[in-house]
Order: sequence, then structure tokens, then C-alpha cells
Amino acid sequence: MSAGVGYTPYHPRWYRRRVSVWWWMESRSYTGFVLREISSVAVAFFAVVLIALLRALARGPEAYARFAAALASPLMLAASLVAFLFVLFHAVTWFHLAPTAMVVRVRGKRVPDAVILGSNYLAWIVLTAAVAFILLRG
Amino acid sequence: MARPLTPFLWTLFSAGGTVAALLYPVHLFLTGLAFPAGWLPAPGYSALHGLATHSLVRLYLFVLVSLPLFHWAHRFRYTLYDGLQLKHLTALIAVLCYGTAFIGSATAGYTLWTMR
Repeated sequence: MSAGVGYTPYHPRWYRRRVSVWWWMESRSYTGFVLREISSVAVAFFAVVLIALLRALARGPEAYARFAAALASPLMLAASLVAFLFVLFHAVTWFHLAPTAMVVRVRGKRVPDAVILGSNYLAWIVLTAAVAFILLRG
Repeated sequence: MARPLTPFLWTLFSAGGTVAALLYPVHLFLTGLAFPAGWLPAPGYSALHGLATHSLVRLYLFVLVSLPLFHWAHRFRYTLYDGLQLKHLTALIAVLCYGTAFIGSATAGYTLWTMR
């Protein structure tokens, strides 16, 4: 090392603009991004409801009746409604993101976005109908 | 978080997002709204129990709970980093998020496995 090289006693300070915690309110696309991220909380909420449902089913008819009554309380209905709207938002944004996130090629040609989007919606409709049919057969 | 884990966690995130997008709207609408509010006739205990103890349905229900939980873990982790600017808590947040998803999946798996 040559004598001319030395450390400065002070570390240089990086220039960093302070970003508010509310940065995502600044533009619509940022807000959309954060809402999409938050939709995962609704997904987790319903996963927990499903776990509670499974546990109630395993415990027996009385436990299941208590669980069903809890779901029918105004607070849970309101929470389910909000969660449902977020889950719908997640589904639609997820389908529209799919063609960008995963480029599918058939014989070297890129499959058009509309085809991927269309097959997503088709799968959604088919699965929704199948689940509804099984649960509503009575 | 060890580097080689990242693609695996991303795959779980992606698969969970797809499961949640395709199946959560209908399940949440029926189980959370239409049945409790009485808009549609709810299946009774024995019908649901019979369904849930079918071996294919057990597998379906496990996937329906666990993959979306890992989807949540991944998104929520980055929401905490970016949204609330908690980058210095990286390891703790990752352990809490994926740990919660793991515990939830294990609970669902155990409940389904032992259900008679």
C-alpha cells in the first residue's frame, strides 16, 4: 500500500431521501400494489377459518354447531365480506399478472396473453361451479 | 434466510396464490357468507364430515389450507419490509411468517389425518 492511501475518520453519509411510511398513497399503482399485498391477509384469515372448520368437524356435531353460530355473528359476517372482496381482488389481479410472470411458448411462439388470461378465467369458472355443485347438492 | 431456499419459497408463494385465486372466492362466499347468512341451504354436519373424511378430499383440503398460508407468509413478509420499512428485522420476520404458515399447515394436516 502506498503511503497516500488512508482511511478518512468519517464515513461518508449516503444521500437517501426519507420515504414516508405512506409512500404508497402517492399514486394509484402504488396503492394497487399495497392492496394486493394486503389481500394476502384476507387469504390467511380464510385459511384460519378453514382450520377452525376442520377442527370443529373433527370434534363432533356440537362443536360444529358452535362454529357455525360463530360464523353467523355480525362481526364474522362483516369480516368475511371484507375478506371476500380482497380475495376477489387477489384472484383478478393474480390472473392478469400470470401472462407477465410466466411466458409460455408453444413451438417457439409465445402464447398470446389473452389466451393465458382466458384459460385462467375458464379454470376459475369450472372450479367454482364444481365446488358449488358439491357443496350445494344437499 | 439461506439463499437456496428462496426459489422454493417463491414456488410455494406462486402455487398458493394460484390455489387462493381459483378456489378461495367460491369457498369464502359459501362458507363465510351464503351459508351463515342463510342465503343458500348449508350442508349439515354429517354431509360435511362425510366429505372431509374422503381421502381425496382430505388431500384437497390440506392443499387448500397450506399452500395459501405460504402465499400469505411470502407476501406479508415483503409487506412488512417494504410497507413498514422493517428491513433490519429480516430474519425475525421471515421466521415468524413462514413459521406461522408451517404451524397452520401442520395443524390442518394433523386434524385431517386423525379425523374419524
